[in-house]
Order: sequence, then C-alpha cells, then structure tokens
Amino acid sequence: MKALHNFVEGKIKPNFEEGAKLEKLWPVYDGLYTFLFVPGHTAHSGAHIRDGIDLKRTMNTVITALIPCLLFGMWNVGYHHYNALGMDVTFFDQFLFGAIKVIPMVIVSYGVGLGIEFLFCVLKGHQIEEGYLVTGMLIPLIMPVDLPLWMLALSVIFAVVIGKEVFGGTGMNIFNPALLARAFAFFAYPTWMSGDKVWINTDVAEGQAVVDGFSGATILGDLATTGATSYSAFEAFLGLIPGSVGETSTLLIIAGAGLLIFTGIGSWKIMLSGVIGGATMGVIFNLVAPYAISPEQQAFMAVPFWQQLIFGGFAFGIVFMATDPVSGSQTEKGKWVYGFLIGFFAIMIRVFNPAYPEGIMLAILFMNTMAPLIDHYVVEANIKKRQKRLELKTAGA
Amino acid sequence: MAEVLEKESTKEELIDKVPKEPLFSKKNRKLLSDPMNDDNPITVQVLGICSALAITVKLYPALVMSVSVLFVMAAGNVIVSLMRNLIPNRIRIIVQLVVVASLVALVDQVLKAFAYDVSKELSVFVGLIITNCIIMGRLEAFALGNGVWKSFLDGIGNAFGYAWILLAVSFFRELLGSGTLFGYQVIPDSWYIANGGFYSNNGFMLLPPMALITVGIIIWVQRSRNTKLIED
Repeated sequence: MKALHNFVEGKIKPNFEEGAKLEKLWPVYDGLYTFLFVPGHTAHSGAHIRDGIDLKRTMNTVITALIPCLLFGMWNVGYHHYNALGMDVTFFDQFLFGAIKVIPMVIVSYGVGLGIEFLFCVLKGHQIEEGYLVTGMLIPLIMPVDLPLWMLALSVIFAVVIGKEVFGGTGMNIFNPALLARAFAFFAYPTWMSGDKVWINTDVAEGQAVVDGFSGATILGDLATTGATSYSAFEAFLGLIPGSVGETSTLLIIAGAGLLIFTGIGSWKIMLSGVIGGATMGVIFNLVAPYAISPEQQAFMAVPFWQQLIFGGFAFGIVFMATDPVSGSQTEKGKWVYGFLIGFFAIMIRVFNPAYPEGIMLAILFMNTMAPLIDHYVVEANIKKRQKRLELKTAGA
Repeated sequence: MAEVLEKESTKEELIDKVPKEPLFSKKNRKLLSDPMNDDNPITVQVLGICSALAITVKLYPALVMSVSVLFVMAAGNVIVSLMRNLIPNRIRIIVQLVVVASLVALVDQVLKAFAYDVSKELSVFVGLIITNCIIMGRLEAFALGNGVWKSFLDGIGNAFGYAWILLAVSFFRELLGSGTLFGYQVIPDSWYIANGGFYSNNGFMLLPPMALITVGIIIWVQRSRNTKLIED
C-alpha cells in the first residue's frame, strides 16, 4: 500500500500539477485520489472540532443501505422471468438471470453519470464531488428492468446536466437527480415506463414460451385498471411482486431505513411523517370510498390504508429519496410538513390519476420545489416568535 | 422681430447641417443584428416565451408564426412611428393595441384563407400575437421615439431574433419528438422498435417543459460564448 502510495505521489501526481502536461485533468486525478486514498488537506490554522464524517462516508452508508434492495431486485427479476415462462429453476439460476439484466444498468448509470460529472469538473476546473455515487445506484433501482440501456443513459445525462450541473453541481440541485432521471424517462418513453409489458422480462429462447394467462402488470397497474390484484399483501411486503428493480421489497427497505436512521444520515422525521401522511390519505380514501365515481376507483380507494404503503415505490421513495438532504427541507419543523405532504400527495396522485400510478415520484418532485418555501415560513415563524418574546421582555423591564 | 427670425433661420440651418445618415449605416445595421444575439428578444429580454413554448412542437407552424410576427412587428413599428407625434401620451397604449390588433386580425384572416390547417393548429396563438410582449415592448421602447426607417429595421431585426429561436427550438423538438422535419420523416423507419430497430421518439420533447428547457440550453450556450451578457 505504501509503495503504491509513493508511486502515485512521486510518479503520477507531478503530471497533473500546475504547469504540467495534464494540468487540465487535475480534477480527475484529485477525485480518484481522494476516493481511493485519503484527502490530503489539513486545516491551516486553529482547531476544528467536528465529526470525521464527510460526503464520501455519507454516500457509502446510503449505498450500503441500498445493497440489500439491489441484490433482492436482481433475484426478483429472475424469479418473475422464470415464473412467467413457467419454468422451475434453482435460486442460483434466478439470481444469475437477474444479475445479467441489472448489472449492465448499474454500469451504464455509473459510467455515463460519472463521465459527465468528470467532464464538467474538468471544463470548469472544479474539484470532483462524489454526489453521483448514490444517484448512480438509485437510478437503476427505480427503472423497469426492460428499459433499453440507451434510454437509461439519456435519462442519466438529462438528470446530471439539467438537474445538477446547471445549478452548480452537487449540493446545489433543487430536484432529486435520480427522480429527475425517472421523470424524464417516464415522460419521454411512456410505453417503456408504464403498462404491463416492461416490469417482467419475458424474452424467450428457443423452445420456451410465456405461460397462459400471464399478466405483467404491477399491483398499482392492476388496481388502477380493474380495481383488483392477484398479489397478496404479504407478497407485496416481502417484495415478490413486479415493479421497478429495487423498489419492491418493503421489508428490505425498512432494513435500509434502519441503517440510515441509526447512522443519522436519513432523517427519521421525514420518513415517519411521510408514512403518517400516506396513511392519512389512505384512511380518508377508505372513508370516502362508497362515494367514488366509478367501481374501479371505488375498489382502489377501498384498499386498506396500510396496504397502500407497501404497494409500488412508496416505501422506497420515502426512505431513500424524500430524505435527500439537498433537495428536501432543511429546518427540523419543516421536515415534518415536507414528509407529511409527500406521503399525502403520493397516495392521492396514484388513486386519482391512473395514468400516473407512481404518485410518489411526482409527489417528491413537487415537494422538492416547495421545500424552500416551507423552510422560509418556518424561519419566519421563529423570527416572529423570538421578536415577540423580546418585546415582552423589554416591556416587562 | 428680426431677432426671432434670425434665430429661426439658424435653427433651420442647424437642422440642415445634420449629415444625412445612409440607409444602412453602422447604427442601422446594428438595429438589425443586435436582436439576433446580444439583445435577442427571447433569450436576453426574455419576452414572448409563451408562444415559444406553445407552437414549437413542429417546424411548420413555428415558421408560419415567425412570418406572422415579422409582418405584424414591421408594420406595427412603421405605423406607430408615423403616428408617434400625434398620439397623446396618456392613451398611447390603447392606440398601440388598436394598431397591433388590426394587423393581427389581418394576419388571422389571411391565414384562414390560405393556410387553414396551420391556422387551426396555431388556433388561439395567432390572436395572442396581440399580447406578444415583444411587439408591445418594441412599440413602447423604440417606435414611439424613433423615425420610420429605424423603427422598420428594429421591427424586422427583433422579429428575426424571435424567429430564429423559435425555429431552433422547433427544429430540435420536431426532430427528437416526432422524428420528422417540416413533416418529412428524417429518422429512418427501420430504426424504430416497432420495425425491429432500437429507436423510439422522445415523447417529452412534445411537452411544453422541454421547450422551456431547450430555450434554457440556448441561453446557456449563448451566455457561455458571450460573457458580457452574464449579470453580476
């Protein structure tokens, strides 16, 4: 390790320093160096007491929390594929099939996203930030498995350039970049992002065929069109349902949420208030279901509120994307409002508008725009409160 | 009396002495060229955005819109400039509106007579040329205070500045959103997934948000090339 470090310091670093041949590529060198080794910067004066946590560790923790979802997603892809073909294969075969489908998505997401990020840092002479590490993992997890890779790449380009770089890079974005990628794909290629064809891979080889009566619709798709679904709530909780790659297993998402809350990286306030918000809307729908305009909608509204929370991407969005510290609310009171409204709107959109079964995406993007407003009023209210206190004090004295 | 007469004569002499400007002097050429880049009505003055979002799905309607705006702006600027010394200041907006509205009504009738399909496609946006901020903006800011020829050039210049943004935006939207240009298939049919290829049109391009983003990208490119446009 030491020899390697000396080699990098002695032989490679001078090439990138000021005045050297590859001076322009310094951000690339610096980014990789600090990622693989340790940042060499030290404070120049005074003592700084702070936690050693930096952006990289934050990101790594989130990725660790995502890995169970990723692995389960891979297996789930294979499981549904072989189920659709009516074949009985081993656990390992199922996992292998899923891995072959999902790993290219992860590679494309990281390759394209980091490529653009590096390009912009070199053009602008910025330090490379590791903001893309989590986004790059989230994007393949929230896409259907059958999405062509070039569409995925295009969505990543859109999310990184329009969602992040135009605002000034990591930490400046107003929208969650991963959700922006999904929203882009959703509006640009609706046939690949919704319906009942894309969630389960049904590529057939020689001599294979899809079983009779097969339906590839997600639970939400089923509910929106017919008001009934063939999957049980327990299956939905475990994640044995069709859906985007990583969003299906509520159980593993809760495990990931546990890690995020334990390490203090994800805000438990947003998660809790999000669940409360979703449940509130679910209860309201349960109560008003008898007055629905159509029988399908009535059946959808009558779905028990706790089941709404485990269907679709609700749990995944609340845990991994609503808690994004950059695009979410910053104030502690604001987080309650922010989370509550995300859950509330997510369920509302998915029931009222069957064209957008994935309400959580739109709800989070919408609340991303509202987060600064919420923060503004929280801060204003605090100023007002303290001013009043001050007036009382001076009046008393 | 004599004194007064003398003064008047000197005044006339002074006026005569002002050298006659050639038709396409440097200043006048600038009136034409500035709106193309440095003072573009859409990307710099940020006017006329609504129509840039609404009718740029396809190139042909965008072209028709551009020509209509070109006519209304040039004619409107000339007419208001001719009347500029007669219009009482307090009712100038309403006078301008009347001028623009009658020109727009004219355009609308012509379109309905000779290009009915496009006129239906543009629907309310032809009528809304009246409220196109670029037109009122140029009448207020330029035609009311400048001579006829200059106002004419200013109108043409701004209309072309508006037109090229409109055409650029609709070029990308039609190419990527529908795979056509002026209605002709540009992207080979065999590329499409339905025909065994890999390609699919980008439906997002057909929605207004993408027009806004395309305009934004044009502004981005323009400002990174032309740094004096960057504020603070």
